[in-house]
Amino acid sequence: MLFDDPAYASRMLTLLTLSFHIIYATIGVGVPLMIMIAQWIGIKNNDMHYLLMARRWAKGFVVTVAVGVVTGTIIGLQLSLLWPSFMELAGNIIALPLFMEVFAFFFEAIFLGIYLYTWDRFDNQRKHLLLLIPVAIGGGMSAFFITVVNSFMNSPAGFDIVGGELVNANPIMAMFTLAMPTKVTHVIATAYMTIAFMLAAFAAFRLIQNKNNEYHKKALHMTMKIGLIFAIATALIGDLSGKYLAAYQPEKLAAAEWHFETTTEAPLVMWGVLDENNEARYALHVPYALSILAHGLPNSEVIGLEEFPIEEQPPVVIHYFFDTMVTIGVFMIVLSLIYWFGMRRKWAFVEKTWYRWFIVAGGPLAFLAIEAGWWMAEVGRQPWILRGIMTVEEAATTSDYVGWMFVLFAILYFILGVGTIVVLRYMFHKNPVEKELERMQQGGGQS
Amino acid sequence: MILEIIGISVLWLFLFGYIIIGSIDYGAGFFNAYSIVTEKQHILSKIIKRYLSPVWEVTNVFFVFFFVGIVGFFPETAYYFGTILLIPGSLALILLAIRGSYYAFESYGKHGHKGYAIMYGLSGLLLPASLSIILTISEGGFVFMEDGNPVLDYNALFFSPLTWSIVVLSIVAVLYISAVFLTWYANETGDKDATDLMRKYALGWSIPLIIAAAGIIVELRFHNPFHFESLLGLWWMFAISFVLWILTVVLIWKRRNYRTAFWLLVGQFAFAFFGYGISHYPYLLYPHISIHEGFTNTAMAISLIVVFILGMALLIPSLYLLLKLFLFDKNYIKGKK
Ligand code: HDD
Ligand code: HEM
Ligand code: HEM
Repeated sequence: MLFDDPAYASRMLTLLTLSFHIIYATIGVGVPLMIMIAQWIGIKNNDMHYLLMARRWAKGFVVTVAVGVVTGTIIGLQLSLLWPSFMELAGNIIALPLFMEVFAFFFEAIFLGIYLYTWDRFDNQRKHLLLLIPVAIGGGMSAFFITVVNSFMNSPAGFDIVGGELVNANPIMAMFTLAMPTKVTHVIATAYMTIAFMLAAFAAFRLIQNKNNEYHKKALHMTMKIGLIFAIATALIGDLSGKYLAAYQPEKLAAAEWHFETTTEAPLVMWGVLDENNEARYALHVPYALSILAHGLPNSEVIGLEEFPIEEQPPVVIHYFFDTMVTIGVFMIVLSLIYWFGMRRKWAFVEKTWYRWFIVAGGPLAFLAIEAGWWMAEVGRQPWILRGIMTVEEAATTSDYVGWMFVLFAILYFILGVGTIVVLRYMFHKNPVEKELERMQQGGGQS
Repeated sequence: MILEIIGISVLWLFLFGYIIIGSIDYGAGFFNAYSIVTEKQHILSKIIKRYLSPVWEVTNVFFVFFFVGIVGFFPETAYYFGTILLIPGSLALILLAIRGSYYAFESYGKHGHKGYAIMYGLSGLLLPASLSIILTISEGGFVFMEDGNPVLDYNALFFSPLTWSIVVLSIVAVLYISAVFLTWYANETGDKDATDLMRKYALGWSIPLIIAAAGIIVELRFHNPFHFESLLGLWWMFAISFVLWILTVVLIWKRRNYRTAFWLLVGQFAFAFFGYGISHYPYLLYPHISIHEGFTNTAMAISLIVVFILGMALLIPSLYLLLKLFLFDKNYIKGKK
């Protein structure tokens, strides 16, 4: 399939590149905010630990940003290489946010360069902190604009098709589509949530190795609180995303929920397997929950998958992607809520090693949730690339050798992924916290 | 009519920007690798770290700007070029990835892996070569239609003398631009060894550059007479370019005013590049896409231009700040801060 069907190979290559880019992109969106918060607390309380936190995160960030830029450039060009017909159409209607995104990149790149290379050039630390604001805004805007494009793919708007010709293009309407509000906010909230839990996972891991480490305790405490806030926001917005789907892309929700017949009082089906009669076995049924997710009322009607022609039904595997995302989302809320309560009430177990292992697991799990969310959103759009207007088959390139390109890029991402981990490990092992703290206390800032 | 001219001018301007600052980046990598091989280590690696590391991302965005912008202004190019460029485009991406990851891994991780530095240097030569192929393709004659889809004739492309003269020019230009810039930059840092070395390279590559450029004009005459005719119509632009080239070389020869020399070089390339671009008009891909038929709708065009103006209002001050802090800050370049 990979080597003789360009459309299939293009899908696989897009899947591969985006799944890889989103890891670095999420870091690119989230880390600047965390650095900002840490540096701000550090300056305000004159607390060395937080200042060091900001500095260490920024150092690691240099590495991930570079890989993020590389993979982003790849996906940007690949969109035209793999989906030329789609980009030709899209260029006419949705090029505006893509173009704006470039300015966000410029903005981010310029100030990031300045921020990273000027740690010791400002006498006033606050001025240095100010430089981070454009970086954080730039990252957030990149996510905003690209998600606007993706929303357009899910709910195209802002043009008419008359006799196969595209007319009345309205680039502004194309940006503010129905899918946009929930998608954009969900993506940005999940990025912040994920990065908070990623940093919490690092801190928890260090605390397992070395129990009484003030620096990592502060880092853990701060990131878990931020994580909790954004995890709750994520779930709330996720619920709204469900309502959006029910109203405008019911086939995706139905496939994700294995909801085959239109019914009222629909239960939420979690996990399980489908038998030959399309019945879910071994599944967890939460009564009324799907009706609530879809419309906010337990007795409302939810459209089933059977109402759609076979060739327009999304694959039902997205059920597992959806469940992965939601399960992890709920798990992270519970985990960070218990931690927060536990720390306030001085429950001893939240500082036990076994609990910290859960926190360590939370980092990778949050990333898994991001991947699962995108897979569900994108695979659930099948067979469409532009819902209702252009299918994936029509959009794909006609040139050969896409399969070989897949192999080539898979090798590249493997090297980049391994390289990132090796370099980051080396960097932080060479400069342990204790040493850097000493150096900072002696007054010399440069590390 | 006026909108498409604005559109293509903006794109051409950014492509020009990318060619200049990209060349500096590519060439520096190559000279660095070369000095490692010839055991003149680390004359250049310091400059690369101090100047290139803070700005390479910005360089990259120029490239992104170009390919996003062209799809916006001329969506039809996405279809034609997207379909035919799968392989050359993917290879260029891999080379870009090698360069980007060098900044991530090499400058912040372990210091000085030889093989990696050499790969980084070589990719700096292969990249302009692979990107310049797109210019060759746009001259026409290498793309034919099969079942209504464009297909690239790799054989014809590979055996065309035009391809190879453009490849050679792109490589020589990279080395020359970068050598002239680095001569100036090294001189500002007060590093005498590096200045002398770079000056030697700059002079060494100046003659091949002009030969390669002249070669292309000759090739075009056979390959695309239509283009050749319009090129002749703009002879004065190339004449100015030639004069600027002479002035640059003289200044460098006399070890005077490296800064002026660099800006003269920018002028030289600007005249040649825009002369070439204007004579290409109106075709984006001869004879399949012209800027008139391939242009986007008016609403999109106007909104893109508005965004461009707003974007520049934001960018120009920021870029100025960046250059002030890294390129023109005396203390920074001398390595004191
Ligand atoms: C940390 C990651 C994460 C977590 C914990 C959640 N999500 Fe999510 N979700 C995403 C990360 C994500 C995402 C990666 O950001 C997606 C993929 C596409 C998109 O727009 O956002 C997404 C999409 C997405 C969609 C599909 C939108 C569409 O296709 O248009 C729905 C219905 C939900 N989410 C609902 C939820 C609910 C009810 C959650 C309960 C806790 C939840 N998500 C947790
Ligand atoms: C089809 C999808 C996407 C495309 C075409 C794309 C394109 C790009 C490009 C071209 C770059 C490099 C910019 C540079 O040169 O500086 C980049 C980087 C980036 N992208 Fe993506 N992107 C996509 C998806 C996403 C998503 C979904 C997000 C956010 C959730 C995102 C966030 C970022 C960020 C923050 C950066 C800056 C680099 C970093 O900090 O790691 N991108 N992207
Ligand atoms: C960054 C997070 C994203 C991830 C992880 C992601 C994931 C995926 C996956 C898994 C597929 C394959 C679907 C299938 O094979 O059935 C896909 C397809 C695709 N995605 Fe996304 N996507 C992301 C964001 C975006 C954005 C922001 C855009 C648009 C600008 C986009 C454009 C596409 C296109 C054009 C396809 C191919 C058509 C298709 O198979 O539906 N993606 N993506």
